[in-house]
Amino acid sequence: MTAGVMSTSPETVIEVDGLRKVYGATVAVDEVSFEVRRGEVFGVIGPNGAGKTTTVECVSGLRVPDAGALRVLGLDPRGDRAHHVRDRVGVQLQQSAVPARLKVREVLWLYASFYENPADPDALLRTLGLMEKRETPYRKLSGGQKQRLSIALALIGNPQIAVLDELTTGLDPQARQETWSLIEAVRDRGVTVLLVTHFMDEAERLCDRLALIDEGRVVAHGTPAEVAERAGGGKRVRFRPSGPFDDALLTALPQVSTVARHGSRVSVTGREDLVNALILTLDRAGITAHDVELETPGLEDAFIALTRHRASTTSNAEG
Amino acid sequence: MQLSLRERVPVDRIASGREALGEAVPRRALRRLIVTEARLAVREPAGLVWGIGLPVLLLVIFGNIPKFNLPADKFGGERPLDIYLPILCAMVLSMLGLFSIPGPLATYREQGVLRRMATTPVSPAAVLAAQLVVNLMLAAIALGLILVIGTTAFGLSAPQQPFGFLLALALTAVALFGLGLWVAAVATTGRAAQAIAGAFFFPLEFLAGLWVPRQIMPAGLRDVSDYTPLGSAVQALQDSMSGTFPSARALLVLVAYAVVFGYGAVRMFSWE
Repeated sequence: MTAGVMSTSPETVIEVDGLRKVYGATVAVDEVSFEVRRGEVFGVIGPNGAGKTTTVECVSGLRVPDAGALRVLGLDPRGDRAHHVRDRVGVQLQQSAVPARLKVREVLWLYASFYENPADPDALLRTLGLMEKRETPYRKLSGGQKQRLSIALALIGNPQIAVLDELTTGLDPQARQETWSLIEAVRDRGVTVLLVTHFMDEAERLCDRLALIDEGRVVAHGTPAEVAERAGGGKRVRFRPSGPFDDALLTALPQVSTVARHGSRVSVTGREDLVNALILTLDRAGITAHDVELETPGLEDAFIALTRHRASTTSNAEG
Repeated sequence: MQLSLRERVPVDRIASGREALGEAVPRRALRRLIVTEARLAVREPAGLVWGIGLPVLLLVIFGNIPKFNLPADKFGGERPLDIYLPILCAMVLSMLGLFSIPGPLATYREQGVLRRMATTPVSPAAVLAAQLVVNLMLAAIALGLILVIGTTAFGLSAPQQPFGFLLALALTAVALFGLGLWVAAVATTGRAAQAIAGAFFFPLEFLAGLWVPRQIMPAGLRDVSDYTPLGSAVQALQDSMSGTFPSARALLVLVAYAVVFGYGAVRMFSWE
């Protein structure tokens, strides 16, 4: 999933270090740290109310953190040169709109005037499939069309970074698929994407790396596969051995954590190159593994495992 | 899917050079915001209908009532129409200030329009500025129509103290637009803004003399009227019409309202 742009320079474009934000008595975000590299799609994922939106609102300069350091393109998003940050960071926010009676074309031309080096509004409309809706007032757009316009507004300034918050919430499956392709197209153009989502399939499909946030803290960090593996206790391999063998043969392997038998089938959990180690060891003992099934834990599993405690604890601040 | 993010808009539409961001972009953005707000004012024509249509319509109706064209002793020998011209001018500015300004701004905040703008290099304050400019233009059109129709069709004489008249109009606009911004600041929704503005509107018009002109108000009521923005406005405008420079008290009352509500609006206005 890595874009070509990324390999040229893994330069850090967003640095979040020890971010903390408190609303009254509620700690919305606590000690959140991550780095986003140029050209990647970085996911901020987690359940509703985990502090994802607060985090990206701080990155976008909409909120002032109570503690921690923030650097976006090397600048403080609330500092003297904040308008330089806003010129180069396109933001698509949850629950934000444009005047109801303004037409699609007018909205884009208006927003184009806010930026130093705007994209061509018509080209953007064509890309986003909104060309036929050019003269349609905002209030008459469907949910998917509003979402696409919102993406267009995030891109109209020719940004280096696009912040996209809960982009596909409320969209039908078809519109979600289209939106995903669009985000990939944006990334392929070299725009770094900071993607907020609570849909794990979305994060798995789009994100190069991600931070899983729960109750205001980062609970896991890395590529989707890394996060999934860390949380889900690794991989699981099921097979039918060609003959009897002692469990100790496998439990002695550093890659193996558990071995269980269900009738004629053996189920082994472990991490890293579990399958290789398993097959080689069995082969050396003269055993063949038949009907091998490999189960890799998904992000969904990680999500549930890492945020499981939430059911018993009190809920956290909004967004 | 083809993304053409690197395509640029024509050169005349963009600022040149990096340094331009500090100045050229806001100016270009403000110009476009003004055009946008003007378009919206035409599409959602509450300001046009109530701020221009109603006062002009009232002028035409009053002008066609024979009694309004006869000098009356209770008005010091002036015609009721002469007395009503300043009241209608004050009405224009209060309609725009109370309904045309706060409604859209509160709705923008409610719907996240201002918040959305806060993520761009242009401050949402530019929307506020554009609103004020558009309403000043609406005010100029309405006041111009009233003065032109009044003098050409209904034989009204031009203000004897043109400078005093313009000064009084300007201060009235500042005071009433300030009040409107304050309403936009305290109202959480567009509906709330309408309700608050409505609560202000009728007492203000009453004390301006829309139903009972100040000249025939009971003395106590007129004293109250003296200290309201529209009461002072009407007094200052009527004085200028008949050749007396507006009183310092009337002008100071307008300035005081402008300062109090303007300060309140600045202190309380939030983008979200």
